[in-house]
Amino acid sequence: MCVAVPGKVVEVNDFTGKVDFQGNIIDVNMALVDAQAGDYVLVHAGCAIEVIQKDTADEILELFAELESLKYES
Amino acid sequence: MNLDKILKELAGDHQELKIMEVCGTHTSSIFKNGIRSLLSPEIRLISGPGCPVCVTPASYIDKAIEWALTPNCVLLTFGDMMKVPGSEKSLSEAKADGARVEIMYSPQEALKKAAANPELTYVIACVGFETTIPSYALVMEQTERSGLTNIKFLTALRRVMPALDFICATDNEISAFIAPGHVSTILGSQAYAGLAEQYMKPFAVAGFEGEHILIAIYDLVKQVENHKYEVHNLYPSVVKPEGNAVALAYINNYFESGPAFWRGIGVIEDSGLYLNQKYRKYDAGSADLAGDAAQKTTNCRCGEVILGKINPDECPMFGKTCTPAKAQGPCMVSSEGTCGIWFRFTKK
Repeated sequence: MCVAVPGKVVEVNDFTGKVDFQGNIIDVNMALVDAQAGDYVLVHAGCAIEVIQKDTADEILELFAELESLKYES
Repeated sequence: MNLDKILKELAGDHQELKIMEVCGTHTSSIFKNGIRSLLSPEIRLISGPGCPVCVTPASYIDKAIEWALTPNCVLLTFGDMMKVPGSEKSLSEAKADGARVEIMYSPQEALKKAAANPELTYVIACVGFETTIPSYALVMEQTERSGLTNIKFLTALRRVMPALDFICATDNEISAFIAPGHVSTILGSQAYAGLAEQYMKPFAVAGFEGEHILIAIYDLVKQVENHKYEVHNLYPSVVKPEGNAVALAYINNYFESGPAFWRGIGVIEDSGLYLNQKYRKYDAGSADLAGDAAQKTTNCRCGEVILGKINPDECPMFGKTCTPAKAQGPCMVSSEGTCGIWFRFTKK
């Protein structure tokens, strides 16, 4: 439940923003972070909770994809 | 120090020690990477209270169903909560019987829904640890700012730190902790320093990759063997020492701590967060849910699983009468519950 997913910030307007999750653009609340378009953020429950580096984002996405595939194998 | 050397060290002779990983995502990754098989038999990994869904009491589910059955009310919940057993039904079963339950992906959705349907009251099932709590605070802020009067908050918010304190105070067998991942993003790695010092238990903040976890285990083993009890932040790219100050300020502005019931454990002082006096009028009856008399008595041993006292396969119901398809206990319901994870990886 506490899993946060990384995405790339597309735009920020005050406290709201749009974040690209592998092609899906989602509205995200940006009030908790200081992020600009082009930054990578960790998003949980509709809110960005931290700004992270691109390689960290890639690493997390890869791991979650693996865990997810295992989850539905059985 | 390279990984080969770490692996060799961890497979070698050690004093007996138990390391608790608090977070369900770590538990999954430990299975996925077969980490237990790489460790000396003296180093035992114990899964902790890693999932807020698992500790939510049956009385909370009952209250949520009560709201979902109230005329002109809609209960909004994360999907994880749907199958958690109440005293008689789960939200999923109540929905099938006509209760008005809608799954949300973010609590922010309540704002648009409430504005579009002023004749309906939206009750948000606010469940979560510190990672999720700021997002409810943001909804509270916007509810007030926009003058919406048809949003209510039914909270079962739990603080990780008092639970860890409880485990440290009642169980001396755990030698060290792998701190929860994204909870630490909010709290900061330094949040664990007090517990580490008081109970002489080292903490490592770790990422979710197999290598991250192995390095954390190595760090903790070395700390214990050298009588060091420090907090080491091994995931600085995602966790800052001070955490997310803005998020922490939001939590403090809208919520105050009080006693809270953890399913399978009991009441832990100061471990719950409730809307504070100023915002209490938005609360949907959360503070009255401190007990769990509604809990059905079964052979379920989730409480001991959550505290790391037994492994899931030591419960007589595990994999027999309790499976993900027909979960009896909360640890089996949630995909991040310890029993659910064990079942997925060991019962295929």
